[in-house]
Parts: sequence; structure tokens; C-alpha cells
Amino acid sequence: MNGPEILFYIPIFGGLPVTETLRNTWIVMAILILLSLWLTSGMKMQGISKKQVVVEQGVKMLYQMVEDTMGKDKLFFAPYIGTLFLFVLFSNLMGMFAMRAPTADLNTTAGLILIYFMLNQYFAIKCHGLAGRLKGFVEPIPVMLPLNIVGEFSTPISMALRLFGNIASGIVITSLIYQALTWVSNLVFGGITAFPVFAVGIPAVLSIYFDVFTDVMQAYIVTMLTMVFLAMAMD
Amino acid sequence: MEKAIVLGCSALGAGIAMIAGLGPGIGQGYAAGKAAEAVGRQPEAAGTVTRTLLTGCAVAESTGIYSLLIALTLIFVNPLVGML
Repeated sequence: MNGPEILFYIPIFGGLPVTETLRNTWIVMAILILLSLWLTSGMKMQGISKKQVVVEQGVKMLYQMVEDTMGKDKLFFAPYIGTLFLFVLFSNLMGMFAMRAPTADLNTTAGLILIYFMLNQYFAIKCHGLAGRLKGFVEPIPVMLPLNIVGEFSTPISMALRLFGNIASGIVITSLIYQALTWVSNLVFGGITAFPVFAVGIPAVLSIYFDVFTDVMQAYIVTMLTMVFLAMAMD
Repeated sequence: MEKAIVLGCSALGAGIAMIAGLGPGIGQGYAAGKAAEAVGRQPEAAGTVTRTLLTGCAVAESTGIYSLLIALTLIFVNPLVGML
């Protein structure tokens, strides 16, 4: 496994590298923008199409989930949560189309979690006031101060590392499977053909778990944890 | 020679680091068992229980992910070889 390849340099500030991760992120953004434009075009009040029914049901489910997890007073987070879920889901699933998943790069996940961290700090201060927020660090006893400060930073760090670790380990396992299958086919059919016979079809079955299941699960878990921790910081 | 020793010990270290996978496995299995019990006792709360279980499992997984990252670092971007 190697890091993301550097495709070219943008010639400002002494050359900004554009990596595979960045290109695939742009692709995900383009897909999401075009998909939203297509899904929201031609919306009607009467005689609605099947497309509109599906979209409305999805949005309703999102709002229901946010209400169940965060409470009725925090429904305004729903657009952010939905965007986060869709972006992470599509990024994770990029790995299935022979492109490096943007979330298999710590820079992407750290950026996503940085947004959450800023929101968390802003809304915690807005809900409790600066004094109340600082007072929260010395509760229940002042001795807990260092632990509380470490806990404040370790939660976002572990969230970023969790998403990155899960997706990156999927890439490692997939490449190991391909190497092993190539080795086995060389052992069996080595004299006949150099084509890795076993590497056709078998990885697809395994990738249902290592790619599809893990990817959807991690996208769900990231949004879920974001909702839970945001609600906890505000209450 | 020195490089061979460092590389060999890094590979061993990566393997030993992954022993930490034991902890999350036991913890998540325990949590899943308790969740199954809870659903058995209160089938109408299955949705809430599943959601709580998944969130809890994700948090319990952290230590396993940390050890995985250490193992990956030791194998793919070994910082110890550069110190020679």
C-alpha cells in the first residue's frame, strides 16, 4: 500500500501538490452536486413523480433520525448531518470503482472532523456561555481539569482516526487478497498461463463485506457520533 | 545488518501491536450479547437498542484502530529505519 499519488502541482506558493485524494474528492463533489440538481428539478405540489416521492421520503427519514437522536430543538442540524452522511458514503464507495477513496487519507477525515469540532465549540459556548463552558472543565471536581481538557481533544481525534483506519485497512486487506490470489493461481496454473485466474470473481464476494458493509457502516457511525456528541455538548 | 534487525523487529512489533484487537473483540461481543438480551426482553425497543449498540461498538473500537494504525505505520512508513 502506498500513499495517494501526486498527480501534478499547482504553480503557486512554490507548487501545491494535487493528489489522487483531492481529484477523487472533486469527483465526489461533482457527483453530489449533479445528483442534487437532478433530484430537485421539476418538483411539484400536485401529481408528483416517483423520483420526488423517493427524495421526500429520504429527507423525512433524515429529519426523523435527527429528531430522535438530538431532540426537536436541534432540527436545524439536519442539512449538515445529511451532507456529512452523503459525502462520507460516496467517498467510501469510491473504492469500489477502482479509485482511491478520499476518506482513506487522514487529511480528508481530519478536515471533516475539524468542521464538527468548530461547530461543537461554537454551540457549546452559545448554549452555556463562556463562563459556564469554562466551569464545565472543573466539574465534578477541579482535579479532573487535565482529564477533561484531554477528553475534549481526544474525541475528535479518535473520530478522524476511526474513519481513516477503517477505510485504509479495507484497502490494505483488498490488496493482500489480490496478492494472495495471484500467488495461488501462479502455483496452480503457473505452467499454462500467467493470467491470475483466481483473482477474477472471488475478490468481489469478499469486497461485499470489506467494502460495501464497512463503508456504509462507517458513514452511518460517523454521522451518528457527530449527532450524539453535538447534542451532548449543547445539553 | 542494523537495518535488517530494525526491519525484523518492526515486523514483529506490528504483529504484537495487533494483539490489541482482542480487547475490542471481547468488548463488542459482550455489548452485542447484552443488546440481544435487551431486544429479547423488549422487542418494541429494537431500533433504539440497535442504534445505541452501533454507537457503543464504534467507540469501543477505538483502541483496536489505534493499534492497527501503529501496525500500518511500522510496516509502510517505518520511522525507525530513518533513525539509523
